[in-house]
Amino acid sequence: MLKVIELNLSYGAIHTLKDISFEVHEGEIVSLIGANGAGKSSILNAISCLVPFSSGDIVFLGNSIKKTPPHQLVNMGIAQVPEGRRVFSKMTVLENLEMGAFIRKDSAGISSDLENVYHHFPRLKERRRQLAGTLSGGEQQMLAMGRALMSKPKLLMMDEPSMGLSPILVQEIFEIIKKVNKEGTTILLVEQNAQMALSLAQRAYVLETGRVIKTGLGAELLQDEDVRKAYLGG
Amino acid sequence: MTLFFNQLINGLHVGFIYALIALGYTMVYGIVKLINFAHGDIIMIGAYTAVITLVSLGWSTPLSLLAAIVVCVVFGITIERVAYKPLRSSPRISSLITAIGVSMLLQNTALLVFGAASRPFPTIFNIEPVRFADLQISFVTLLTIVVSIALMVLLQTFVKTSKAGKAMRAVSEDYNTALLMGINVNNTITLTFAIGCALAGIGAYLYIMAYPAISPTMGSLPGLKAFIAAVLGGIGIIPGAMLGGILLGVAESMTKAYISTQLSDAVVYGILIVVLLFKPAGLLGKATREKV
Repeated sequence: MLKVIELNLSYGAIHTLKDISFEVHEGEIVSLIGANGAGKSSILNAISCLVPFSSGDIVFLGNSIKKTPPHQLVNMGIAQVPEGRRVFSKMTVLENLEMGAFIRKDSAGISSDLENVYHHFPRLKERRRQLAGTLSGGEQQMLAMGRALMSKPKLLMMDEPSMGLSPILVQEIFEIIKKVNKEGTTILLVEQNAQMALSLAQRAYVLETGRVIKTGLGAELLQDEDVRKAYLGG
Repeated sequence: MTLFFNQLINGLHVGFIYALIALGYTMVYGIVKLINFAHGDIIMIGAYTAVITLVSLGWSTPLSLLAAIVVCVVFGITIERVAYKPLRSSPRISSLITAIGVSMLLQNTALLVFGAASRPFPTIFNIEPVRFADLQISFVTLLTIVVSIALMVLLQTFVKTSKAGKAMRAVSEDYNTALLMGINVNNTITLTFAIGCALAGIGAYLYIMAYPAISPTMGSLPGLKAFIAAVLGGIGIIPGAMLGGILLGVAESMTKAYISTQLSDAVVYGILIVVLLFKPAGLLGKATREKV
């Protein structure tokens, strides 16, 4: 479904991504794990066409997205839950969700998807008239996810969904990711919480300073000696 | 008391015009974080369009108003595309200086084309003033207030409820996330300039009905006052621009009546300084901190 081919990206003199290649197949949950600064978020931003990359290619459903204007990406079926949630804090919860469905014109489909989002996140329904800025961190994460789901993506990219959340909330968010995946959305998950990410993902790639250093099944990597030492606390 | 109410009404008259112009400043700032210093000169362009179409070409009033709006919008969009868009990712000071440059370009081009002498604007409405007891309210004053209120209600409804209005709010809050939603940010910015300039076109028409002298530099003063109004109310906040404009107009006309005509501008700037000392984000602005 998604193929990243020898991607290179630099911010000024800093070479952030070095020949990154990986693949996501339809229906999978694939995780990119690695320490802070390994380049995980840069990969997602490159796929979202928010930052230009210097060489390599990104192919989604057989088409290169190298020259796509960023606002057309969601039309192709890619949605991103950005790092730090980035909800529109001065807009209501409902308006945030409507923004997620911005490109859609099928109002019947939109309202049934809205019900579906409320079904996954009942808290959002209770707070739909509230400004998003007044939500707690966990609720904002749910809103950011719900907003991305409102575009009915084929591929959902999530950037550090566990950041700043309590272990119970992280558990809850990961349960929902699993459910969303079962309903047919392919998921690319970027995480520092390697334990959670690896137990959820079918496959994973381990990144270190802008390179893929290891790849394998999630369950395998969870047992891998080096990965355990570096990311799972021994 | 009659003097007080008369001055209040005069103040509201000019205040609503400031408010209409201030909306253009505040909307543009809200979305691209740019003080569009050329906005005042859009008033001048609207005014020249009005006088040329109405007097020289003999068009009807509604038609010449429409021409003023269209010309202002075309200028606004062109300025944004040509001068500001290429600088969107450069430091803010570059676009600020560019805005000042555009303002000078417009003023001096007008000077070249129309000359320095000011042109009069004819009286359009020969209608008796409306009387309430001792008070006289001119028709133009009433018209200005009613039209401005209607436009503000319309704008507020548009921004709050329409899809394009919500997109404008989303872009103004977070550019990149708006892109992730599939919002065409460029079109949204163009729309914002277009609305601001359309309001400026109407504002220009109302302004020259009150102050019927049209010259190349006529836009500077109302432009500056409207900018102050926008800052006073809290730049980037639409109701703030309305409030700021009205307050400024009333303060100005009260100063003229009770303190001194010469000092009226000093008082206006003084109010701005005092307000900003205590509320740096403006009257309706909130000092916000980002949640991480």
